Amino acid sequence: MLVFAVIIALAAYADVGLTRSQHVPPDILTYGLGLGALVLLAHIAIRRFAAYADPLLLPCAALLNGLGLVLIHRLDLVAPKAARSDATLQLAWSAIGVVGFIAVLVIVRDHRRLQRFTYTSMLLGLILLAIPSVLPARFSEVNGARNWIRFAGFSIQPGEFAKVLLVIFVAGFLVAKRDALALAGRRFAGIDLPRGRDLGPVVLAWLVSVALLVRGRDLGMSMLFFGFFILMLYIATERLSWLLIGTLLFAGGTYVAYHLFGHVRERFEIWLHPFAHAQGSGYQLVQALYGFATGGLMGTGLGNGRPDLVPFANSDFIMATVGEELGLTGLMAILLVYVVIVSRGLRASLSVRDSFGKLLAAGLSVCLAVQVFVVVGGVMRLIPLTGITTPFLSYGGSSLVSNWILLALLVRISDAGRRPAPAPPPRPDDAMTQVIPL
Amino acid sequence: MNKPIRRVAIACLLLFAILLVNDNVVQYANAKTLRDKPGNTRLLFQQYDRKRGDIVTATGVTIASSVPTNDTLKYLRTYANGPLFAPVTGFYSIIYGGSQVESADNSILAGTDDRLFGVQQLSNLITGRTPEGGNVVLTIDPVLQQVAYTALAGRKGAVVAVDPSTGAILAMVTSPSYDPNVLSSHNQASITQDWEKLIADPTNPMLDRALSQTYPPGSTFKLITAAAALSTGQYTPTTVIPAPTTLPLPQSTSVLHNFAGESCGGQATLIQALTISCNTAFGQLGLTIGQTALQAQADAFGFDSTYSVPMKSAQSVFPTDLSDANTIQSAIGQYDVRATPLQMAMVAAAIANGGVEMKPYLVDELVGPDLRIIDQTKPTELRRAVSTQVAADLTQMMESVVQHGTGTSAQIKGVTVAGKTGTAQNAVGAAPHAWFVAFAPAVQPTIAIAVLVENGGGNNDATGGAVAAPIAKAVIQAELKKQP
Repeated sequence: MLVFAVIIALAAYADVGLTRSQHVPPDILTYGLGLGALVLLAHIAIRRFAAYADPLLLPCAALLNGLGLVLIHRLDLVAPKAARSDATLQLAWSAIGVVGFIAVLVIVRDHRRLQRFTYTSMLLGLILLAIPSVLPARFSEVNGARNWIRFAGFSIQPGEFAKVLLVIFVAGFLVAKRDALALAGRRFAGIDLPRGRDLGPVVLAWLVSVALLVRGRDLGMSMLFFGFFILMLYIATERLSWLLIGTLLFAGGTYVAYHLFGHVRERFEIWLHPFAHAQGSGYQLVQALYGFATGGLMGTGLGNGRPDLVPFANSDFIMATVGEELGLTGLMAILLVYVVIVSRGLRASLSVRDSFGKLLAAGLSVCLAVQVFVVVGGVMRLIPLTGITTPFLSYGGSSLVSNWILLALLVRISDAGRRPAPAPPPRPDDAMTQVIPL
Repeated sequence: MNKPIRRVAIACLLLFAILLVNDNVVQYANAKTLRDKPGNTRLLFQQYDRKRGDIVTATGVTIASSVPTNDTLKYLRTYANGPLFAPVTGFYSIIYGGSQVESADNSILAGTDDRLFGVQQLSNLITGRTPEGGNVVLTIDPVLQQVAYTALAGRKGAVVAVDPSTGAILAMVTSPSYDPNVLSSHNQASITQDWEKLIADPTNPMLDRALSQTYPPGSTFKLITAAAALSTGQYTPTTVIPAPTTLPLPQSTSVLHNFAGESCGGQATLIQALTISCNTAFGQLGLTIGQTALQAQADAFGFDSTYSVPMKSAQSVFPTDLSDANTIQSAIGQYDVRATPLQMAMVAAAIANGGVEMKPYLVDELVGPDLRIIDQTKPTELRRAVSTQVAADLTQMMESVVQHGTGTSAQIKGVTVAGKTGTAQNAVGAAPHAWFVAFAPAVQPTIAIAVLVENGGGNNDATGGAVAAPIAKAVIQAELKKQP
């Protein structure tokens, strides 16, 4: 599987070279060895530290990461600032991501230990989220969204890391509180309503996401956080009322934000009438849509389209590149790879025995699913556009590293779930009760 | 906890299912609509990768061609004598798309038209070579085009000349014009800047005055009123009709004057009334034969429908539900009557062609990159506007206009020219539009023409003739000169 993933990525790389300059790129070996070595290391780490892990997770991620590299490389070729190679940088980030992946596998031998860090991770996560809002805009604002930490030429999107930390926190928190949340409360109109004071954490999560929306102008992260929080809450309590309350709160929050803040309104306006702003604020989305349409069923082929017409084609809008050059077929294939990762993650969640592991795996998988939905849906004008990355594909170190870490956690939990139950210890009595041969 | 996890799993799958369905909608169901959006520059970029076909005049002069470049867009569209042919070729821009023939025959020029598909294309498909676009051969005669453009001398206006027997458009000029080269450049900033400048220009140089702009036709519409009267069978050119000094407009206190308050002598023959362009006579005539007859005759000449040459023209209009006062005004081409210069040229052409209106066309041939003729326009009859007899009567009357009426400045030695002047009031305080429609020679005509000079007239109908007729005369002379 892994070999296939690498071969597919390499074939794509060679294809780009052939189309753009009529020969196989000379650095294909370096690239191939680099990617190959990375996934091999990850593979060895799994064999060594999580031998029973789901065998599909790593190849899927490796395939996406590899294709992402090819697409970024392909966009590098036509970028106006040819001096910088985003693909090389991304390869370096992939290496760091895989190191993070291995580190998690090595350090977190048992996912249940993470439960001890429930509140630590909450604190860390919230701090990470809060930093950009507190920092002066000079250090935190990129393209209108204040969700970055920038220093010394580096930029980090703390939200990507906070995402993983907050899933850990929510899982830990819910394991502790689920009974109270699930059982207390009144029944009204056929729905179990929770107690007022138990609403506290929901309101908190809601506040966090609204704060993200308002302070950081980060609609995507806001939707993502709220999405996984509500779904995890539902899993923990098995009560639909949480879904209902969550949806109502989010809808209400969005409604208020729409009326209070210009940038939210603008997002909606672009979503509803992109072609009215084709030369202005809607340019990016409209160009992406044209790209999708140009791609059609089979796509133009790697290197044949003009995905560079879409601003940020290699990060937020990488799906537009996929759609244009690989077509409907390629895009659907990539979406299905995500489906495999998410469903494997949820399967790990089903098979693991402890509640914390269940919640954690489900939360991480849902996180991934919602993130893909929010960004792909946004790029294709299914929902308002929000600036978040496509996991594993998009250019961006923070996203890549955090998603590799997320994957490591899923691998760890799947390992726990599939590990055969330890053999019962031999009963010392046995020897005693042996029939003594005569 | 497994039950909700399963439910969430289904929800997640549902999310992906929605994405997949939406992807099919965007990339398959809606793809064509999106691809064809006018602002979609992506298609243009694709088109810049192949050599776009040439636009060539009837005499073989290439007026638009693509030359190879060294930048990211492989070909640059260039226009020889851009401003002169801009109303015909249109522009071709990465930002603003295309117009006129560049837009109307885009599929041929771009090489995407199915009709281009032949052996060459099949081998291109296999070898992966980018196919070239086909060429468009126009009916435009560059000499007539130049003469008309020079004669307009930068004044706001338009000239349309057609071959009455085929409908081929020989000249189509609007003035002032612009240089499409500035819009086809590869420098996006300069394109935008020049575009903004053209848009902001008060003289509106990108306006296609010949085809897509309608004007009150003024006295040139009297041809249609006369045609309607003659077609009833109750009138001949020598029928005497009332021609008072003033004509009171029913249900109002206003009266209809002749130009400069002239008298038409109380009564006149139809031919005399047209020769001196008597307003009161034609106002009364229109009222007598009625708005239904006027409407029917106008429509028979092409009013209230559009031409596609292949660019679609604006619709010339004869208003409906007229009061008596408005019928009188409409009969002399005022009130809400509107016509494009092309429409008035077609009126002249129909009369010139014995009452049969030919379908006007601008594109003679479509030629593949392998010089194979893909399509050749065959002249087709559009409709019969008037009977042969009425056409002959009208010709006689129009000859009279040029010989000793308001159109004397269109006289050409040795050739009988048939014409009609017009001076159309358009806005309070603004100078009227000067019109002249004509054809020549009167027997077996080879050219029919309409000239419009915006706000070019004075307060006398003859001034309209004085301004517009010499332009028509120059073009007709150029046409007749090339006759063997």
